[in-house]
Amino acid sequence: MSAGDSKRILTTRRALVAGGLAAAGAAALGAAARVAGRRGLIPPDYGGVYGVGETLTYAAQRLLVRGASLAREFPPEAVSKVAPVNGDPPQSDEYLRLLEGGFVDWRLAVDGLVARPSSFSLEDLRRLPVRSQITALACEEGWSYIAEWTGAALSDVLAVAGVLPQARYVVFFPYDEWWDSLDMQDALHPQTLVAYGMNKTPLSAEHGAPVRLRVPRQLGYKSFKYLARMTLTDRLDRFGTGQGSAAAESGYSWYAGI
Amino acid sequence: MARMASRHSATVRITHWLIAASALGLFVSGGAILVAHPRLYWGETGTLGVPALLDLPIPFVYGHSGWGRHLHFLCAWVLVTTGAVYFAAGVASRHFVDDLLPAKAAGARPPLERYNAAQRIAYLGVIFVLLPLMAATGLAMSPAIGSAWPALVETLGGHQSARTIHFAGASLLFFFLAGHVGMLVASGFGPRMRAMVIGRHERQAR
Repeated sequence: MSAGDSKRILTTRRALVAGGLAAAGAAALGAAARVAGRRGLIPPDYGGVYGVGETLTYAAQRLLVRGASLAREFPPEAVSKVAPVNGDPPQSDEYLRLLEGGFVDWRLAVDGLVARPSSFSLEDLRRLPVRSQITALACEEGWSYIAEWTGAALSDVLAVAGVLPQARYVVFFPYDEWWDSLDMQDALHPQTLVAYGMNKTPLSAEHGAPVRLRVPRQLGYKSFKYLARMTLTDRLDRFGTGQGSAAAESGYSWYAGI
Repeated sequence: MARMASRHSATVRITHWLIAASALGLFVSGGAILVAHPRLYWGETGTLGVPALLDLPIPFVYGHSGWGRHLHFLCAWVLVTTGAVYFAAGVASRHFVDDLLPAKAAGARPPLERYNAAQRIAYLGVIFVLLPLMAATGLAMSPAIGSAWPALVETLGGHQSARTIHFAGASLLFFFLAGHVGMLVASGFGPRMRAMVIGRHERQAR
């Protein structure tokens, strides 16, 4: 056997080994993706190059952070004197009419994968156990403030409607085109509130009246304002372009636990 | 004829360039995130309307924190995984002990291939102080991580303090990078690049 022959054989063997490794790697990756999908470790905005980072971050946090771990809470003297807002309240006729009427006619619809599609007035929400928290709201831009939020636990609201076992996400709609969603871990988290009060006063229009979500384990934009309707679903690909939120469609992360 | 001398191991060369690429991405995307709010604070909170610790003399530029944060996290994952490989290989191959620790580094290599004291301090500082601090302060800015390990945020002085330390660390890393590239040019760009790309450089005639 000449030196050239042995080199060719070596090259062929290397190609075979490399091909085998690549095939095994692809199969392992495929199996890992299926397991991760079943365990809820893949965010809806997993696509593209940036989706790799999004998926690693979401999966790592879902594996490392206990579902019940509580966002840091602060004493009353820590409440910030300045609480800025981004964006303006909705300008739709419906919202302006409700605002003018003090939200007496406002109803929060809960539908989708629930046993009892429900509708809540502000009074209905106030009759649920009152939860209060002093937590920080951190804007993705970099600034942050601490405030006291009061409301009902989203888990209590959902319990009234009776979440069906196959539900995996709650999708939220306001009085404009924005929309967002949470996975069930954050939706059922004890600090996730449907908040109607801020710093012991009713929520102002700028801060999301009549009610906004408070999701203190994620950045501020997940604390969704001007809540009108929420729907329970087992999949997000039916909503918008399937990336889970208007924020994700605008180039921001769906999961903002950061 | 000049002899070819081995300078950097394959692990060091591959991890070096992966880290270089991710560092470039982190600097660019970090800047894109910073300009959305170029004010820095100390403590838990800070916004417009309250005094800043440092008001950077650059304009507020919105609309770049989306791709900025996407790129920042992607590069951070590359840096963290590559850094873990580099660290494990550095311990296993005695790279840290033989080449970087001041007391041991004297006898291991011929004089021309040794790092001098300034280099060793800079490299050790970046690898074992600055980069871990960047990871810790980056994690401390995450409200979800803060819920799991509140002591991390409290040790760093609060959410906004962590952001400020993250910025200070990035500034020091930028100075390191400027010095690193400057010394590369000053000491001979071609041979040094060859050493970090193919692992060898021509040993100087004695």
